[in-house]
Amino acid sequence: MRAEPALTALQERLAEAGAVPKIRIRGLKKRFGDKVVLDGIDLDVMPGTSLVVIGGSGSGKSVLLKCILGLITPDAGSIAIDGHDVLHLRRRERETVRARIGMLFQNGALFDSLPVWQNVSFGLLAQHKIDRKRARATADDFLRQVGLDPSVGDLSPAELSGGMQKRVALARAIAAQPDIMFFDEPTTGLDPIMGAVIDDLIVDCVKRLGSTAVAITHDIASARRIGDRAAMLHKGHIIWDGPASALMNSGNPMVDQFTHGSRNGPIQMELRR
Amino acid sequence: MTAILDFLAAIGRGVGLACRVAGQLAVFALSGLSHLLRPPFYGRMFLRSLVEIGYFSLPVVALTAVFTGMVLALQSYTGFARFSAEGAIASIVVLSVTRELGPVLAGLMVAGRVGAAMAAEIGTMRVTDQIDALTTLSTNPMKYLVAPRLLAGIVALPLLVLIADILGVMGGYIIGTFKLGFNGATYLRNTLDFVQTQDVVSGLAKAAVFGFLITLLGCFQGYNSRGGAQGVGAATTAAVVAASILILGFDYVLTEAFFAR
Repeated sequence: MRAEPALTALQERLAEAGAVPKIRIRGLKKRFGDKVVLDGIDLDVMPGTSLVVIGGSGSGKSVLLKCILGLITPDAGSIAIDGHDVLHLRRRERETVRARIGMLFQNGALFDSLPVWQNVSFGLLAQHKIDRKRARATADDFLRQVGLDPSVGDLSPAELSGGMQKRVALARAIAAQPDIMFFDEPTTGLDPIMGAVIDDLIVDCVKRLGSTAVAITHDIASARRIGDRAAMLHKGHIIWDGPASALMNSGNPMVDQFTHGSRNGPIQMELRR
Repeated sequence: MTAILDFLAAIGRGVGLACRVAGQLAVFALSGLSHLLRPPFYGRMFLRSLVEIGYFSLPVVALTAVFTGMVLALQSYTGFARFSAEGAIASIVVLSVTRELGPVLAGLMVAGRVGAAMAAEIGTMRVTDQIDALTTLSTNPMKYLVAPRLLAGIVALPLLVLIADILGVMGGYIIGTFKLGFNGATYLRNTLDFVQTQDVVSGLAKAAVFGFLITLLGCFQGYNSRGGAQGVGAATTAAVVAASILILGFDYVLTEAFFAR
């Protein structure tokens, strides 16, 4: 079953206006050995919108994200950001593109050898864009923006709770003021209240920066809070694409089974090879 | 016939794997070294690695050197006394320590301490997505994690070996004068008369190579670790074993290059 585009009003207006998608993916394929993970993905993300990709565990959501980020090289297909094919960029050009991208990893991926404030301002410090004194002030500012006291900046990441680590990771992702943001399972491992808090922070940050966002999750409540649009990935294909608000009654039996968490339906649990 | 073919196929697979790993290691080493020459440079990471490799390895290297010098003096005495050649002990100690035992034992000690720690740290960064996070923050992991450690290894090991040389000779001096009854001034004069610049310099050159090998293997194994805690453990073991074997192998090659007639 292929995607049935049901664009939101904003998507339609942007498409009619001839706007170039911020991210355009065409025919993306990736396999690991015999296992086909992505089998010809086509996806557009328009500027200033948020797309949530949902799908079961092992459906290839993280691989899709890593392909867009350039952390994994796909076997076939194209990925264009602002109309430029990022798969064929030179190293320096690719780094320039990456500098415009913020990423929130599933487990935070904070650098445990550095204190929190250096984690937050890492991108700015590593690229020698600011000195350490200004970096500390900048880190304090971003910690406040994600609801943390600047005194947290002196702690080590290991001293923080899961929710605080996610906030610090979010602060690090937005510190370079990126115009594209990726979120990998932003609420995994958090209690429902903290999950909602993180989602609200994400929406707030994305809106404030005017960024384009792509999130992957299997938390449906989180998907509905974060996304303008949603797409479902199953067996290497995008099987549905529509407004995030329609997730619970999409009309697609696979999506409905997934969002309602039902054991009975067209999606059967497979034993992994 | 099938059993023979299976046996040959197994050998072929092993050789193929070894060649592949050797090729990957060579590419990794060249990439790491090339990043030493191209900005940006991470001086803070270099200093941190220098302190970690040099300063914190000092106690274990110092103890190893002192006891090695002491044992060497004692063993030489028991052997040489049979030929009334006790007077050669000072020269035997200084030549053995500066040419061989200083660099090799310091290298093995640092491989166990630093190589393992390096593989574990970078391996943990790999399996917890911290290396991917570096990439997304426009920071090349080879430049940030590997190049400063390689340089620190090349710089720190010769400094450690220089100290080990002095302490090793001192260990021999302590045993020679306080236990075996040699005259202290004579022992020192024999030591200084016999040692040549090439003896010390060859040891320091070996140390620089060993420092490079230890940090290279630690970074390579950590960088390519997979599969969570078990993968990190395997990478740590592989880093220490591979570095130790390469140290002994390169010791022979370098000795041949410096002293073969």
